[in-house]
Amino acid sequence: MELALALLLAPLLTGVVRRTKAWLAGREGPPLLQAYRDLRKLLARASVYSRTTTWVFRAGPFLALAAVLGALALAPAGPLPALVGFDGDLVLLVYLLALARFATALAALDTGSAFEGMGASREMAFGVLVELALLLALTSLVRTTGAWSLSDIAAQLSAAGWGGSAGSLVLVAAALFGILLVENARIPFDDPATHLELTMIHEVMVLDHSGPDLAAIELTSMLKLWLFAGLLANVIAPVQTGSAVLDGGVHTAAVLGVGIAVGLVESSMARLALLRVPQILLALTLLALLSMVVAPAPGGIS
Amino acid sequence: MTLFGLALAVLFAGAFGALLTANHPRWATSLGAGGAVLGSALGLVPTLRVLLGGDLLSIDLPWSVPAGELSLGIDPLSAFFLVPIFVLGAASAIYGSAYLQPEPDHSGPAAAWLWFDLLLASMAVVATARNGLLFLVAWEGMALSSFFLVVFHHERAEVPRAGWVYLVATHVGTAFLLMLFAWLAQDAGSLDFARWSRPAAGAGWLFWLALIGFGSKTGFFPFHVWLPEAHPVAPSHVSALLSGVMVKLGLYGLLRMLVVLGPPDPGWGLLLLAAGLASALYGGLAVLGQRDLKRCLAYSTVENVGIVAIGLGLGVCLLRPDSVSLASLALAGGLLHVWNHALFKSLLFLASGSLARAAGTLDLELLGGLLRRMPWTGLGLLVGGAAACALPPFNGFVGELLIYLSALRTVAAGSPSTPAALAAIAGLAFVGALAAAGFVRLLGIALLGEPRSQAASRARESPQPAMRGVLIALCAACLTLGLGGAGALAAIARPLAQLTASENDSLALLQPAAALLWSIGAVGGLALASALVLLGLRRRLLPKPVPGDVGTWDCGYAAPSPRMQYTASSFAEPLTRLFGAVLGLQESEPKPSGVFPPLASFTSQSTDVAERVYARIFAGIAGLGARLRRLDTGSAQLYVLYTVVAALAALAWGLLS
Repeated sequence: MELALALLLAPLLTGVVRRTKAWLAGREGPPLLQAYRDLRKLLARASVYSRTTTWVFRAGPFLALAAVLGALALAPAGPLPALVGFDGDLVLLVYLLALARFATALAALDTGSAFEGMGASREMAFGVLVELALLLALTSLVRTTGAWSLSDIAAQLSAAGWGGSAGSLVLVAAALFGILLVENARIPFDDPATHLELTMIHEVMVLDHSGPDLAAIELTSMLKLWLFAGLLANVIAPVQTGSAVLDGGVHTAAVLGVGIAVGLVESSMARLALLRVPQILLALTLLALLSMVVAPAPGGIS
Repeated sequence: MTLFGLALAVLFAGAFGALLTANHPRWATSLGAGGAVLGSALGLVPTLRVLLGGDLLSIDLPWSVPAGELSLGIDPLSAFFLVPIFVLGAASAIYGSAYLQPEPDHSGPAAAWLWFDLLLASMAVVATARNGLLFLVAWEGMALSSFFLVVFHHERAEVPRAGWVYLVATHVGTAFLLMLFAWLAQDAGSLDFARWSRPAAGAGWLFWLALIGFGSKTGFFPFHVWLPEAHPVAPSHVSALLSGVMVKLGLYGLLRMLVVLGPPDPGWGLLLLAAGLASALYGGLAVLGQRDLKRCLAYSTVENVGIVAIGLGLGVCLLRPDSVSLASLALAGGLLHVWNHALFKSLLFLASGSLARAAGTLDLELLGGLLRRMPWTGLGLLVGGAAACALPPFNGFVGELLIYLSALRTVAAGSPSTPAALAAIAGLAFVGALAAAGFVRLLGIALLGEPRSQAASRARESPQPAMRGVLIALCAACLTLGLGGAGALAAIARPLAQLTASENDSLALLQPAAALLWSIGAVGGLALASALVLLGLRRRLLPKPVPGDVGTWDCGYAAPSPRMQYTASSFAEPLTRLFGAVLGLQESEPKPSGVFPPLASFTSQSTDVAERVYARIFAGIAGLGARLRRLDTGSAQLYVLYTVVAALAALAWGLLS
């Protein structure tokens, strides 16, 4: 369900973020559906490959896309279970994202360009801290709900609402929002729209990709944004109405709401100095740990 | 047991056959490698039979050594560790037969094959010995034969020092084992493992002795200093065997002691967990500070034995009647990672051997662009690297996943071991991402981009089919265990039952693990299939790439040179600087000054924390010795005085007490 929603609507979510930023900046902004058109345009173009590159460069974008699709197949949409779900699948989700990062970084190094090497270096360095925060945030949800698979966790949350664990869940939601911003290369950690290569992290890794490869990369980032927004939506909007359509609608609305929040944050903050980023990432980790401390008792929600 | 004895005999025959034909390198290679392969194949038969449910095997022969008995036995725990010895022993031998070419200014491969076969035999005896004395003899044989393999290229400048470090480290460890065994034997009145039991008092001390003694072989922090010294200088097929198999025998020893000592204290689990976390974190960080590819791999071994210890430690913590199923998951994860690490680390070391042969160096800053020049070796490194980062669908992932599952369930159940489980989760997550950073650096700098030296640009794939074949087989094994990890659980059930000493059927306890691993296999297979479909679609539906010879865009710079690429050191910089205190990072940057400033430079290097501590300890001992030497003046009068003072002191002590 989440996979289908994401495939259909992920470019729209990106459009929502862009529109929010444009609106706050007093601009007209691109149409909401511009991201779909960008993808179609890129798919119709031919790719250019440097003579330095090998199959790693060509496989990278599609490997990352496959990994993120796999992660989405594990993600539930509120009470609607994921395509695949089993005990411990949240670990697989985290490691699939790691696989995507691995493939992207190697493809970047394959060009032999110093800019892309720099991006890969920063991406892997921040990955060390953000992966820790993400796993701990998910562990906190495991502790709160007493369930071991993402679908069960989301189902428990939707059935019980926030219950007695509001304090813990607020902290988890805050940590997840921070993780979303880092993982999706958003301000204040990175700037998806910058044009100064030296300051970029994620975007600088994909400078040499073009055509369908670039389309795959763009689609991957859109899907990844949806994935994290969906995880967050499961926590902040735990609603179960009984009707699948309505549940899906609520979830989609919550995801798009997260998109608006991302736009608000991006419009109201400046980018952090690179050296400050690890401190913030550490703070996110502590937030996730703290959420476990304030949780009333294991499985307290049900 | 006959077959096992025959296997040992074949290994010895291979060893001495190689020695006798030392003047004919080709004969020596055939006999040595042939003996290793045949011996391993013979030994594997009884091993697998025991592991998959056959009767336990044992043999006791009288031995003309006091308190000694030639007592060998294959129980499931032994069999579990014998499998990598034989499988990777054979693989390394096949690879080595092509890799070890006669060199003009060298004594030839015969010595290497003598010690290689003896190393295999002594490892097999270590894993099966049922008598303390026999165990120690085999342990020492293993240490010595591996020492001679490490210093095989003794004519190179850096080798003797590495050999010394290894020799000292292994003997310090053995000293602790001697104390441990003497204590146990004293208590039981026998050196037979079967008669040993937990002494009434001091079991905690025994565990400390075992942890240090076996841990120094395994490479637990801070006893890991020999790994990054010995691995880079040993021939690559030997490094593969040392790192993949020999260090695991330290873990075997620890587990054997756990079985001997009976139900463990929960504190032991915490201790093991702490040792594992420290090793995993330090190893993972130190990978980033190295320039030599094989040193990186050596530190990655420290990290991975740490991961195994995290699983085993968490399992021991949970080994209570009410959480045996949780403990089984963690222990199974640790055990599975023993096999997995053995496979992918051998793959990495063997591939790096091909790399070293072709490029003439393993200095990361001189490599680059090698995937294009050595496609099969590059593939081996990529697969091994992905497995070492615990990325699905390769085998490094499945063992860690079981440890995660156990820890998550512990957290969800609100068990008193929750803090330990949380530490395991956080440690694994952090270390996994560190490994990813370390291996992206290693693979990206060595294999991708443009070559950074003439030698690297001339590198070509080795023409030897044996080397390539072994690499491909190990790649396939990594993928197979990654997708079919559930199948390996059948081999883990029996050793696990021995460790948990539980009445329950351990296959039933592993049911959640099996379900999880089958799901992973199915999802992984599906993902692989869909990735292939996506690639096919891309080729079919999308426009053809722009033809022609174009360079990297590089933001419009038209004349990029290999020196402009990101270097290994700069790649690691964000992390090494963040954790500089742990890594012992030292930077020096003499600023250009004056009217005509000279060339500016920047250097940074990291020294092993433990090495600095040991250096201080040894310097202290040397200082003490120097001070004691002042008593030794050479004047006879002074010696008479010493004698008189000593006699008087003895008299006084005798009178007073």
